[in-house]
Amino acid sequence: MRMVHGLLLWLIACSISQSVLAATDVEATVSQSSQAPSIMTLQSLIDTLPTASYDEKSILIRSIAEKSTDDSLAILTALLQGDLFYIKKTQQLVYRAPTEGKQYRAIAALTGEILGEYKNRKLKKVGINNKLRGELKNAIALVQLKSPDSRVRQHAVDALMGSLQPEYLPLIHQALLVEKDNQIREPLMVAKAVLDLSSKETELYRSAINTLHGSLYPAARIALIKFIEAPHHHSSSVLIDQAKQAIASIDQKVKLNNIAENVYFGIALGAVLLLAAIGLAITFGVMGVINMAHGEMIMLGAYTTFVVQQCMPNHLNYSLLVAIPAAFLVSGLVGVLIERSVIRHLYGRTLETLLATFGISLILQQAVRSIFGPLNQDVNTPDWMAGTFSVNPGLALTYNRLYIILFSLLLLAALALVLKKTLFGLQMRAVTLNRPMASSMGIKTGWVDALTFGLGSGIAGIAGVALSQLTNVGPNLGQAYIIDSFMVVVFGGVGNLWGTLVGAMSLGIANKVFEPLAGAVLAKIIVLVAIILFIQKRPRGLFALKGRAVEG
Amino acid sequence: MVRSNSSKPLLKTLSKAVGITALSLGAAFVQAADTIKVGVLHSLSGTMAISETTLKDTVLMMVEEQNKKGGLLGKKLEAVVVDPASNWPLFAEKTRELLEKDKVDVIFGCWTSVSRKSVLPVVEELNGLLFYPVQYEGEESSKNVFYTGAAPNQQAIPAVDYLMNEVGAKRWVLAGTDYVYPRTTNKILESYLKSKGVDAKDIMISYTPFGHSDWQTIVSDIKKFGASGKKTAVVSTINGDANVPFYKELANQGVSAENIPVVAFSVGEEELSGFDAKPLVGHLAAWNYFMSAESDANDAFIDQWHAYTKNEDRVTNDPMEATYIGFEMWAKAVTKAKSVSVDDVRQAMYGMTVPNLTGGLAKMNTNHHLSKPVLIGEIQEDGQFDIVWKTQSEVKGDAWTDYLPESKHLISDWTAPIQCGNYNTVTKTCGGAQVATGQ
Repeated sequence: MRMVHGLLLWLIACSISQSVLAATDVEATVSQSSQAPSIMTLQSLIDTLPTASYDEKSILIRSIAEKSTDDSLAILTALLQGDLFYIKKTQQLVYRAPTEGKQYRAIAALTGEILGEYKNRKLKKVGINNKLRGELKNAIALVQLKSPDSRVRQHAVDALMGSLQPEYLPLIHQALLVEKDNQIREPLMVAKAVLDLSSKETELYRSAINTLHGSLYPAARIALIKFIEAPHHHSSSVLIDQAKQAIASIDQKVKLNNIAENVYFGIALGAVLLLAAIGLAITFGVMGVINMAHGEMIMLGAYTTFVVQQCMPNHLNYSLLVAIPAAFLVSGLVGVLIERSVIRHLYGRTLETLLATFGISLILQQAVRSIFGPLNQDVNTPDWMAGTFSVNPGLALTYNRLYIILFSLLLLAALALVLKKTLFGLQMRAVTLNRPMASSMGIKTGWVDALTFGLGSGIAGIAGVALSQLTNVGPNLGQAYIIDSFMVVVFGGVGNLWGTLVGAMSLGIANKVFEPLAGAVLAKIIVLVAIILFIQKRPRGLFALKGRAVEG
Repeated sequence: MVRSNSSKPLLKTLSKAVGITALSLGAAFVQAADTIKVGVLHSLSGTMAISETTLKDTVLMMVEEQNKKGGLLGKKLEAVVVDPASNWPLFAEKTRELLEKDKVDVIFGCWTSVSRKSVLPVVEELNGLLFYPVQYEGEESSKNVFYTGAAPNQQAIPAVDYLMNEVGAKRWVLAGTDYVYPRTTNKILESYLKSKGVDAKDIMISYTPFGHSDWQTIVSDIKKFGASGKKTAVVSTINGDANVPFYKELANQGVSAENIPVVAFSVGEEELSGFDAKPLVGHLAAWNYFMSAESDANDAFIDQWHAYTKNEDRVTNDPMEATYIGFEMWAKAVTKAKSVSVDDVRQAMYGMTVPNLTGGLAKMNTNHHLSKPVLIGEIQEDGQFDIVWKTQSEVKGDAWTDYLPESKHLISDWTAPIQCGNYNTVTKTCGGAQVATGQ
């Protein structure tokens, strides 16, 4: 058995070395890859997959990719995604489908024949490691380069850019001949230039360097540097100079990119700070309650997201939309409850409020720990939040941060509207500015207090929904944000939403400007020291509120 | 008289009954005073509760199992659980309480190095016995502590070897949380890498605060550092919780394991059970145990754990195996020494072997560290690890690393004639207890 196996692999290796040799000639590969009868059938190739070692699998993957059929593509994709299993006893390659009663139906990989039902432990996944994963991705991308769907082609080119191999050149040539889409042509040209530059074809160097001039693909810069560093008995100093200029133009663009990227990171961090602080801007800023349980309101919102996702496992993409109002209600109600039961007895007694709310925060943490357990909970990220938006090949903005920036601004705008344009907002501001006067005008100040605190808490809950997408959902989630929230509100100016926005954004950007220079730990310290100094100078923050409440 | 006739046997039975009660009461008394007490010193609240609660349960499960087998030396085991609440000074107080008030015979506990350092002077002063089950930075060997987790040469160094030889990494990012374990480990790794001919400009070191959640800049830096054409790998000593946002950011910025693999020393099955592992697939971890290891002993352990927790979804991890090995070894040593006295048990521990759950034997060395195999696993979508590499044989834990100048010549051997935790092989002197305890 072992010998047969070895023989098979030897045959495969032979067929590959043949095809690699053939690949030097473009025309030959094009005609051969589709017509040349290969020694092995696809079935016999995949039969050896389960027992193959990683090195053997690597050879197998290449010869399966050679087939370049829909079937072979399906096998490779399944292998990459971990959907391929084999029956331990018979070593047949299968897909599995769950049945009722904790069993799996084994479906033969090529024929689709049903081979019976098995327990989880009787089926074993066909394992791959990182090296194979990379080879699989490239093999799939090479096949997908011919896809009729332009998005698939784009994706394929991006995948190939990271690890260009000389043997891809014929296929890239071929793709360039038929490609109409400029979005895809550009990376293909760069890929071709990169490969040309490392080839022996000296007459191609000049145009390759021109193509790479100012290109932001990392591969371009690497190729140029290698070109300069390589021993050049065959190229002129003019070419070397041109290559150096090309690198300089790349570096200049990269510098701009880095600045843009840092600003974006800063705004993204600012958005997180803003989210965490908006609720506090109400409870602390407007009402003056030092609310140490603010972080736990955020945590409750995050846990609500988790519960909502558990309730609708089949509609994860919409779960966040449901979670937002749900989290607002949960945290808001808890907020109203806390205000009615504890805080209203403590108005005007800052220290006692601080201690009481700190106690509440501990109670809430332990309550969550008792109900959900001490472990972090698994909150899923919807598909539409994953991935990046690429501005240019060197600068990609992550979607989740983009959404969170937009979301935080929307939330702030909505809150500003409530405060400025609704009756409740009017009453709230009236109570803040002058309680006895508001009371004598017939406003039920007690209820306004409760609802205001509820509003602040509810908004913290909504922030929790957003933060559940960025960080751990566990009992300690809130503690990580409480200090930052106070920092933003105090820095921005107590009782001023505009100040909260400016405060959050400037802290975020300052942090991200210092981080590449000084490291994450020092950057945080620098920002804290700066705030301390600033508060010394302007104790009421950036935008101090003027009014009777402040004086009194 | 009928009455007196009947009252006599009644009295008799009564007195008998009283006698039996008294006897059994006495027996119960004797037994209560005569259990072997096992202290459990793991945080059940606070930030470390997430990791340590599991270990508390593991010890309780082992105690229950041992009692089913009839206990030790004819006595039942009794677990004494305290909660040091992730509060480092409280660890020392609780240790004192366990040793002085509860008079426990052995303690299983601690997770972070800070907590261990806080406990160390107390166990040494009161001659207690601590089994420490977590991978750590080394540079320590105490007479009163047995280290059943990995030393750097049983985790960090093999992981780097794997990346260097099997993956072909040429450029290195050492990323860690800013505290003692990552700092020491990275110092060791940096000097190891340089000894292997890696250029200083090919090593990037970055530290982040505890619970860091905004990884944008660091991930972007890693991406740029890795875009130089040389294969880049990240060695992560990022602590527990902060890993989730780190990996999420990696995935979001499109850094995949094939391009820039990340090998982590504090990410295990338990940490992964907290979230969606899709973005992590292919990233690596180095441990002495993975739940996916195929062996009968491991299957039995997993079944036992599921039965004990009454939850089929609970995972097992490396510190649990270290706790298991530590407990089994201690139990065997007590049986061998026929005593629970710390000094007798200590002597009986040397050379003691216990089967690993992954196969082979774990052996306790005279430097209080284990010989264990080292495994490298790739993270799978279900949060489990696919074992892609394993050391040929067991690796002997080294208390003092050979890759730092200050500890190069130090060894630890707690048997005669050396009897020292930090013996200098050049000057032939014992460095003194203050260095051994890391103060």
